[in-house]
Amino acid sequence: MARSSSSRRLGYDGIVLAAPVTVPYQRFSKETAHWWIARALRQTLKAAGVAPRDLDGFSVSSFTLFPDTAVGLTQHLGLTPRWLDHIPMGGASGVAAVRRAARAVQAGDADIVACVSGDTNHVDSFRRMLSSFSRFAQDASYPYGAGGPNACFALLTDHYMNAYGARREDFGRICVAQRDNALKNPHAIMKTPLTLDQYMGARMISDPIALFDCVMPVSGAEAFLVMREVDARAAGIPFARIRSTIERHNAFPDDPIQMRGGWAMDIDELYAMADAKPDDIDLLQTYDDYPVISMMQLEDLGFCKKGEGPEFVRAHDLTIAGDFPHNVSGGQLSAGQAGAAGGFIGLVEAIRQVTGTAGPTQVKDATTAMVSGFGMINFDRGVCSGATIISGDAQ
Amino acid sequence: MTTPIVPPPKKDPQKRTRVPTRPSELRSRAALGLAAAAAEGRFMLQVCGECGAIQYPPRDACAACLSVDLPWKDVSPAGRLMAETTVRTSTNVYFRERTPWRIGTVKLDAGPSIMCHVHGDVERGGTVRIVNRLDKSGQGVFFALPSEETPAMEDDPQLREMSCDPKYRRVLITDARSENAVALAKAFSDAQASIIFVGEAESWRAYPHRAALAAIPNVEILPLDVTDTQSVNELAGEIGGKTDILVNNARFVRPGGIMDRGDTVFARDEMEVNFLGLMRLAQAFGPAMRGRGADGQSSATAWVNILSVYAYSNMPAFGAFSASNAAAYSLSQCLRAEMRPGGVRVMNVYTGPTEDAWHQPLPPPKVAPAALARAIIAGLKDGLEDVFVGDVAKDLIEKWRAGAKILEREMTEAGGGET
Amino acid sequence: MTVQAPNPAALLGDLATALASEAIEVIDLTHTLDQDFPVIVLPPEFGQCARFRMEEISAYDHRGPAWKWHNFTCCEHTGTHFDAPSHWISGRDIPNGNVDEIPADRFIGPVCVIDCSDGSKADEDFELTPEIIEAWEAKHGRIPEASWVLMRTDWSKRRGADYLNMREDGPHSPGPTPDAMKLLVNKRGIRGFGTETVGTDAGQGAHYTPPYPAHFFLHGAGRYGLQCLNNLDRLPPTGAMLIATPLKIKKGTGSPLRVIALVAREGGQ
Repeated sequence: MARSSSSRRLGYDGIVLAAPVTVPYQRFSKETAHWWIARALRQTLKAAGVAPRDLDGFSVSSFTLFPDTAVGLTQHLGLTPRWLDHIPMGGASGVAAVRRAARAVQAGDADIVACVSGDTNHVDSFRRMLSSFSRFAQDASYPYGAGGPNACFALLTDHYMNAYGARREDFGRICVAQRDNALKNPHAIMKTPLTLDQYMGARMISDPIALFDCVMPVSGAEAFLVMREVDARAAGIPFARIRSTIERHNAFPDDPIQMRGGWAMDIDELYAMADAKPDDIDLLQTYDDYPVISMMQLEDLGFCKKGEGPEFVRAHDLTIAGDFPHNVSGGQLSAGQAGAAGGFIGLVEAIRQVTGTAGPTQVKDATTAMVSGFGMINFDRGVCSGATIISGDAQ
Repeated sequence: MTTPIVPPPKKDPQKRTRVPTRPSELRSRAALGLAAAAAEGRFMLQVCGECGAIQYPPRDACAACLSVDLPWKDVSPAGRLMAETTVRTSTNVYFRERTPWRIGTVKLDAGPSIMCHVHGDVERGGTVRIVNRLDKSGQGVFFALPSEETPAMEDDPQLREMSCDPKYRRVLITDARSENAVALAKAFSDAQASIIFVGEAESWRAYPHRAALAAIPNVEILPLDVTDTQSVNELAGEIGGKTDILVNNARFVRPGGIMDRGDTVFARDEMEVNFLGLMRLAQAFGPAMRGRGADGQSSATAWVNILSVYAYSNMPAFGAFSASNAAAYSLSQCLRAEMRPGGVRVMNVYTGPTEDAWHQPLPPPKVAPAALARAIIAGLKDGLEDVFVGDVAKDLIEKWRAGAKILEREMTEAGGGET
Repeated sequence: MTVQAPNPAALLGDLATALASEAIEVIDLTHTLDQDFPVIVLPPEFGQCARFRMEEISAYDHRGPAWKWHNFTCCEHTGTHFDAPSHWISGRDIPNGNVDEIPADRFIGPVCVIDCSDGSKADEDFELTPEIIEAWEAKHGRIPEASWVLMRTDWSKRRGADYLNMREDGPHSPGPTPDAMKLLVNKRGIRGFGTETVGTDAGQGAHYTPPYPAHFFLHGAGRYGLQCLNNLDRLPPTGAMLIATPLKIKKGTGSPLRVIALVAREGGQ
């Protein structure tokens, strides 16, 4: 049951996000998820001056650790945490990690939680992951052409286009803007410009999804720390405050096909908890495994009404310097999808942005960012959704 | 509009026969209910025994009330195509070889939305009729057909992958001497099979319908005695590579059980023909058929066993015959497993008493050869695994499913289940 | 006329010499045991004669690396075969009426061949009658006691469905009349009677009184039957020696045979 509007949730006062780390992605890697996660963890701890053995909270998201979980990683990496979490929510794992870790630190169950996500990408690992991604996918979607998420999102895109009159060009605007952003991100996998003509002329993968609607599976890792503001100040590192969060799973199960995510159930609460409105958001980091999902997020997160997403992207400039900066590091579409790290990419970049440490992708005067997550095509739709609003110290 | 298929050109002898690949076979145990329903061509979903909610995908607890009582029931196959896509790249080799491949999301009138294969004649957003078919991995999958018949719709290339249509395929029917041979050959001829080989045992003794059989278009009578390993192997050597559908029609039947017979002579004959005959044929023809499971439009596609429904529960009046069919039934399950890598369907067609000399004193209803032949052709077109022909067989399997032990007691009452 | 008893050892020596020099020819009267060779067909509710079947056990392969062999199955009465007295109800009480009990000396004896090939060619239900036998004797002399008597019909040259020659009223093939069998068995005291057809009786033999007279009279008197014989056209009317040794099957009523005949080569001594 949805929360009643009268009961107010406890805020995240005094709890901050710090030490954002991105380990540069590679298309294929011979290394393991353990290797990638270790590199991200090492960097984030180093930034805060924390020795691995002193880390008392650890949160992990990964698809390719099998047969290990966060448990195996503690021994593998020499950690002795008193708080441990393993989050299987894919694209929603970043927001979920923040929510859990923040409450743990707030309650004193841990002093610092390192939130890490990372996956490796072997030559055949994508196919292997798809065939047994979930029980419902294995039973009810993979046998139908084995198109993987391309086919599932093609169906959602086809339906969205029919329902709301979206055109391929509208999705193209999202992709082209993100590529423009990615060209400023030295670590993005995609390094060449993309024009709308190129987008429109690309080969079909699963109609109406074409080549540039699809993310590139890569190897990579992302990390950040959740800690007390006082500890961040003591360490002398920049930090971002958590103003509000939401999370929802299996929202709107009676919708015959997905045309909205769980955000639509909880968006009012997200703004209310942050005491913010859409205009206060300096940049938006949506989960962008396919542009149709970003377009739904523009609607469900309150920037336009349902069905107005196409018009919204026609009316706005989504680049770093534009009037609506969106997925400013290039997002997964242009920076690459590093498995579960795809659930972290937007959040880690947002921490950099609101702390003014984003370097070449920095949005001018950005202090407040909204980050949303979306994960797990369990069968025909993404099941997990979440969002957070964070602000820099200057806010 | 479906483009009607044409007879395939002669095979290029310099090209390697395509090795069979399969769509993913992984399923949860609950999802195997689809395969069980597809085996009989039924469209079934789990329906909550407590609250009546219809479920999909298959699961272990009701998503409305958490009851774990989720029996499979026939539901309305009507629906509307909400969204569609044409898959052009696939991570699975089977689909990769067969792209473009049309799939869609269908909202069923019964409630749930499903993902399904979509027939080429279904219009965008159109109404559909869902059928549950076995795919090349032998798993049940949903297929959206246009709600009204369209010309040559059975020739849709995706649908043909899920059927065993005899059209432009070569068929071997064993046992020309049997009462069924003429009806079977005629039915396959009418179904546009390109060649109908009919195996004839003991050509040194005449039988009444030989001329009628030979007169059916595309029939070729060849020597074959399923009790003779050498004969089976010789014919397989000659036509094994061009047998797309094999109908194991040979049967030895005599009345009698154990004590009234007093010997095992007929029982041996029953086992020789009904059990070992199947095994000999499978050893001789099976490997080539399995290897040709993906050999183009007219690939090897199905193996048909005609079995007595008393394979399930013994009919004492034909006790030893029933036992030989139980053995064949069991062996057919083994054959199914061994054929699976090639995507070749093993279809068992079960009959009750048939219209022939051996069942002459039994009361009706009995299965006439023409009815059997019709059921076989229809079953192949629907790609079935289990076909129950006639009222007796249908009644028996229903009772068997309701309670095998109760049926056994019923069958062993005086009269041997004849009444 | 006195017959001087030959010196047995010298006789065998002479036989060996004659065989080696091919002055005496060995004729094989046997059909190949072939899965496709016809067997007698009875109404289907009766038990049936098993066809010859052979399964490979190994062939220098994983089932037996250095050897090849087969299991075979058949009826006692499959292929060119021997009928013992116990085969027929009339012979069921004959002492030593099973194949394993018959003294070995009974398997070998002189052979008379009555050529009925012309008549059988003209009439597929051709009957061997006392008159024909007597006419043969008028030409070749009285049938000696303990002879094998063979009815030559050239039926062995028939192939496929023509061999059983089955029609809706049953098979049609030549055979002896009851009187002919009575003459041979009771008056001539023959050792046994052989045919080229699937049985010693005519195809329509069921319609005689008694039915199947060859079986009835031969076995009732403890004599033997040979059927499915081959190459009878290569035997002289008289003068040959026939050897038909069944397998020694315990309580067997018959056995597949390798039947041979020793024949003096024409122009030989």
